[in-house]
Amino acid sequence: VTLLSFATRFHRLDEPPHICWDETHFGKMGSYYINRTFFFDVHPPLGKMLIGLAGYLSGYDGTFLFQKPGDKYEHHNYMGMRGFCAFLGSLLVPFAYLTVLELSRSLPAALLSAALLTFDTGCLTLSQYILLDPILMFFIMAAMLSMVKYNSCADRPFSAPWWFWLSLTGINLAGALGVKFVGLFIILQVGWNTISDLWHLFGDLSLSVVTVGKHLTARVLCLIVLPLTLYTATYAVHFMVLNKSGPGDGFFSSAFQARLSGNNLHNASIPEHLAYGSVITVKNLRMAIGYLHSHRHLYPEGIGARQQQVTTYLHKDYNNLWIIKKHNTNADPLDPSFPVEFVRHGDIIRLEHKETSRNLHSHYHEAPLTRKHYQVTGYGINGTGDSNDFWRIEVVNRKFGNRIKVLRSRIRLIHLVTGCVLGSSGKVLPKWGWEQLEVTCTPYLKETLNSIWNVEDHINPKLPNISLDVLHPTFPEILLESHMVMIRGNNGLKPKDNEFTSKPWHWPINYQGLRFSGINDTDFRVYLLGNPVVWWLNLLSIVLYVLLGSIIAIAVQRGAHLPAEVEGLSQVLLQGGGQLLLGWMLHYFPFFLMGRILYFHHYFPAMLFSSMLTGILWDTVLQLCAWSLASPFLARGMYAAGLLSLLLGTAYSFYLFHPLAYGMVGPLAQDPRSPMAGLRWLESWDF
Amino acid sequence: IFDEVYYGQYISFYMKRIFFLDGSGPPFGHMLLALGGYLGGFDGNFLWNRIGAEYSSNVPVWSLRLLPALTGALLVPMAYQILLELGFSHCAATGAALLILIENALITQARLMLLESVLIFFNLLAVLSYLKFANSQKQRPFSLRWWFWLTLTGMACSCAVGVKYVGVFTYLLVLAVAGVHAWHLIGDRTLSHVRVLCHLLARAAALLVVPALMYLLFFYVHLTLVCRSGPHDQIMSSAFQASLEGGLARITQGQPLEVAYGSQVTLKNVFGKPVPCWLHSHQSTYPMIYENGRGSSHQQQVTCYPFKDVNNWWIVKDPGRHPLVVSNPPRPVRHGDIVQLVHGMTTRFLNTHDVAAPLSPHSQEVSCYVDYNISMPSQNLWRLDIVNRESDTEVWKTILSEVRLVHVNTSAVLKLSGAHLPDWGFRQLEVVGEKLSRGYHESMVWNVEEHRYGKSQEQKERELELHSPAQMDVSRNLSFMARFLELQWRMLTVKSDDSEHKYSSSPLDWVTLDTSIAYWLHPRTSAQIHLLGNIVIWASAGLATAVYALLFFWYLLRRRRCIRDLPEGCWLRWVLAGALCAGGWAVNYLPFFLMEKTLFLYHYLPALTFQILLLPVVLQHVADHLCRSPLLRSVFGSLVVAWYSCACHVFNTLRPLTYGDRSLSPGELRALRWKDTWDILIRKY
Repeated sequence: VTLLSFATRFHRLDEPPHICWDETHFGKMGSYYINRTFFFDVHPPLGKMLIGLAGYLSGYDGTFLFQKPGDKYEHHNYMGMRGFCAFLGSLLVPFAYLTVLELSRSLPAALLSAALLTFDTGCLTLSQYILLDPILMFFIMAAMLSMVKYNSCADRPFSAPWWFWLSLTGINLAGALGVKFVGLFIILQVGWNTISDLWHLFGDLSLSVVTVGKHLTARVLCLIVLPLTLYTATYAVHFMVLNKSGPGDGFFSSAFQARLSGNNLHNASIPEHLAYGSVITVKNLRMAIGYLHSHRHLYPEGIGARQQQVTTYLHKDYNNLWIIKKHNTNADPLDPSFPVEFVRHGDIIRLEHKETSRNLHSHYHEAPLTRKHYQVTGYGINGTGDSNDFWRIEVVNRKFGNRIKVLRSRIRLIHLVTGCVLGSSGKVLPKWGWEQLEVTCTPYLKETLNSIWNVEDHINPKLPNISLDVLHPTFPEILLESHMVMIRGNNGLKPKDNEFTSKPWHWPINYQGLRFSGINDTDFRVYLLGNPVVWWLNLLSIVLYVLLGSIIAIAVQRGAHLPAEVEGLSQVLLQGGGQLLLGWMLHYFPFFLMGRILYFHHYFPAMLFSSMLTGILWDTVLQLCAWSLASPFLARGMYAAGLLSLLLGTAYSFYLFHPLAYGMVGPLAQDPRSPMAGLRWLESWDF
Repeated sequence: IFDEVYYGQYISFYMKRIFFLDGSGPPFGHMLLALGGYLGGFDGNFLWNRIGAEYSSNVPVWSLRLLPALTGALLVPMAYQILLELGFSHCAATGAALLILIENALITQARLMLLESVLIFFNLLAVLSYLKFANSQKQRPFSLRWWFWLTLTGMACSCAVGVKYVGVFTYLLVLAVAGVHAWHLIGDRTLSHVRVLCHLLARAAALLVVPALMYLLFFYVHLTLVCRSGPHDQIMSSAFQASLEGGLARITQGQPLEVAYGSQVTLKNVFGKPVPCWLHSHQSTYPMIYENGRGSSHQQQVTCYPFKDVNNWWIVKDPGRHPLVVSNPPRPVRHGDIVQLVHGMTTRFLNTHDVAAPLSPHSQEVSCYVDYNISMPSQNLWRLDIVNRESDTEVWKTILSEVRLVHVNTSAVLKLSGAHLPDWGFRQLEVVGEKLSRGYHESMVWNVEEHRYGKSQEQKERELELHSPAQMDVSRNLSFMARFLELQWRMLTVKSDDSEHKYSSSPLDWVTLDTSIAYWLHPRTSAQIHLLGNIVIWASAGLATAVYALLFFWYLLRRRRCIRDLPEGCWLRWVLAGALCAGGWAVNYLPFFLMEKTLFLYHYLPALTFQILLLPVVLQHVADHLCRSPLLRSVFGSLVVAWYSCACHVFNTLRPLTYGDRSLSPGELRALRWKDTWDILIRKY
């Protein structure tokens, strides 16, 4: 089984020799690790780190740009990274085999499950490229396998294998969560298994409470403490490796950026105290809000006053620059004839946007999204506005008259006329605001981080630059901050109107695939689509399983006496199958609730579970049928025939559909000359 | 007052029998309110446009507000009954009733033309009748009484769902409890198989079939009542609109059914987002160079236009023949046929080619072909693909057929991209040829709305003909089920703007009552109505839930170790009360965290009602089982009395804001602002 799996996964692994689909992201991120430049991604770092490591070990130098799908790799060594993913992807099959074997104690069931996965074109395709999914699925399956193994050690608690499998489960959980947040679902599954396990132990009156306490402690150690430690460790490595400034800097706080070499805050040397005429950027203290920003676009009609938009923006940009001016004079304070005058706590100031020369302004209009707050706009021409442009600058917890320090001072801006406080609500503006975040002036003076800012960049030629030793953030702070940024990033991935999106109900019926590479008939085309025979068999099996399971459960509840063989089979079906069904549900149903944009490949972890369920189900069904036949010869014959036809059927369908995964050139499937002609069973498949 | 404005307009629609579409909930609740208007003799003539506007004399305010008030009042005895049926003492039951009685938020909500109290009424009715049913199950199954309560459970559930979708959570809760009871029934080996089957079938019929039928009935009555066309027609499909009196029905009445070569048609996009619109073209051409420097074909623009216009007319032409009139007998167009579409007013052919579309550069530009005599041949053949066909030779039908137009040369599909063109395109919507047809999407599907057989050969005559109103000879009707499904689907998918309202709040604010809603302010004085809860009750109900959860898990763990603190009957009662009251609170509260719509404090009221019912349950349990000595018990009793009088005092203090009957001075108002976040309105003189 393992050999066959490796053979199918590694066959023609080097083709196509160009970037396919999301390789452009994950390959790029692998390169970032090799180059040690800091970046930001919505997924946790482990998967990309492993890709980077594989690339590094196989001699890839990180110089390829991974710009867009279709770019040729040329002389760059990409096989190491692909090979690593294919290696993990190949291991899925033996894992499924062992898991089913452990759950059902039936070799044919395990074989059938392994065959379904080996011959599924979708799993095959997904395993052959530089993606996170093979790594994620590897950890999910490994966690499932070790959980099942450890369940079967339950009769020998605290023995060496028991500890081994228990801690291995924990390690794999950490791995799954470290690759993608989807790993949370397998954690729920293991959690559920553990709770029901503990519940049984707790109800066993032959065990003392102390023993149960020991069990509980062991599980807490191996399934909570150990994974959390490992998960945190991956972040520690992540931050250690990535120590150069890169494209992800702006997402993080000033203090965080100061760690990165190459960032303008690293070993910063800037004027220490804020003075009139300084050009500054202002950053919100709440995580993942960004810089105070304005641009040459007005608020649309019907949303407050039609004046220039003021937002917060995560990226570094020249539109983030503001000039501090005195409220009552428009003279250029940088004029050499004027003495330097520092800004002090409690001063009345104006903030002028450097690019557009408009003043930060607020007035009694509803803010665009948070209707309880006031709108903030850019107002005035060349710095001349009205009294609504005046703000009082205050440092939190300081006395009046103090100077304001760059980076360290936590400042609030209070609007003089309305008495409200400048803040960001953290809500994403619609398209007209370029999906930047809303800035409001809140009349509620409650102290929250949303309305506290710090000055980050500071340019003033009249002041001496001094080296600032910025407060280094502690590791827990960095960890928390990067999670906040990731969650925000994930929520930001919203589908747009009038765009095709994959819906969760499409997935189990294999409604539509994903183009990995190539569109036209001359291109080398790879199309991610499940083997329809396997997928529809899985779908049928789930229905059949629910039916058969409820019949047996009701029969047991009614107190029917089952013969010994049927009793054993129904145990396997209800318990082993039940775990797999739970796994399928946990990896599938939560997607219905997700608001973010979804893709077909999100279904694959669930598909692994449903394939294993199919193996168990058909084995049981065939055994039940065989049992109901009178003659043992006929029974054995029927069982073998049924199993063989299933195995051969999947193998043959793989032969039919293998070009989807290994790539095809030539006419599209509508064309009768194409080798795929007649295989386009659903009109929605476009290969 | 506040949302009365919102519900009022629908009442007016009912009174005038005009069709409307409301995405916020099924029609049963609106119909109940409208019933009040009908009994009061309301003629629907009132402009519901401003909160605070004085009602004119023709609006029967009293009878409109009667039903919510009645259901709100009935909550009190029902709370009493539920506690009794749960097996608690009269004392606890009275306590529950008294707590509901002095809950300010429930009173405010019940006194106005709003649906929450009706929803809560049906929620409690469902729970109460299920309990009555479960209790009579022990005595005499299949008796008249048993059947009555069982059916009433199902009916109350469907009424609750019919008033607001959130009623579905209580329905699911009742179903879950019924499921657990049924599972025990299956395990009861003293009953015969047949009897168990009868029990199960009866439950399935009453709790699944009856609600479904009732729900359909609501829509049936709704569609029978609102049968005239109105302002929301445009959202619905052409077929649906044609089934309404007036509006489109008047135009399409008697149109020929089958589209033939030479037919003059208007093509409406089925997706209809961002606005419903028709395929359109006009004299203007695409600008030679766009703002971003890309070039165009400079041919005549093709757009999608949201208004009826003579430029929306197209003529279906057979590529092999010249005439633009319908032959006699007409030759119908079928699925798979190749056609050309000729723009009626300019006689140019619908065309697409490998030029990037103005706003969606990944798609092809669609134009009306102008021959500039350069090397750009016309590509104006389209294959007709009827999406909802039943056979492969189906005829293209007016209104009913949903078609895709597939370009023959490039296999691009005619699609509405949803983007608004800039000023050169008069802000109309962009139409493109989508090359990668990734499956089915409604923005690629069109249907014929207006249709007539073309008669005039000459262009001048044809222009005249296009300007004249269409007139025809067949009429069609959509079945009720088709209309129901379409209406329900549109109601679920219609997007309400999710921008924040001044008084909207997040679910986290609700438990601690960190928000309020100003419902109304007297135009001159500072008398005002606020949705504000009795803060003592809210706080203690929250506390009671926490205490219940703690005690429940404590007992559960101890029972697992075979330490039985409670006798079996008492334990079962305690579990059932928790499942219904704490469960009712959870299912009516937690889902709001996942909802993305604008939320208000009043959404919490159904959950709160269940939480209040839990209060006496916990109190009685503490008194009976945790206060062991009589002294402790009497101390506890007096504490409860003190606490209740405290709640009464709060009720009395907040009363002016609940009833809005008395103008308070600014000082008094400021004193009432116990929390910073309560938006009590204080006039500045």
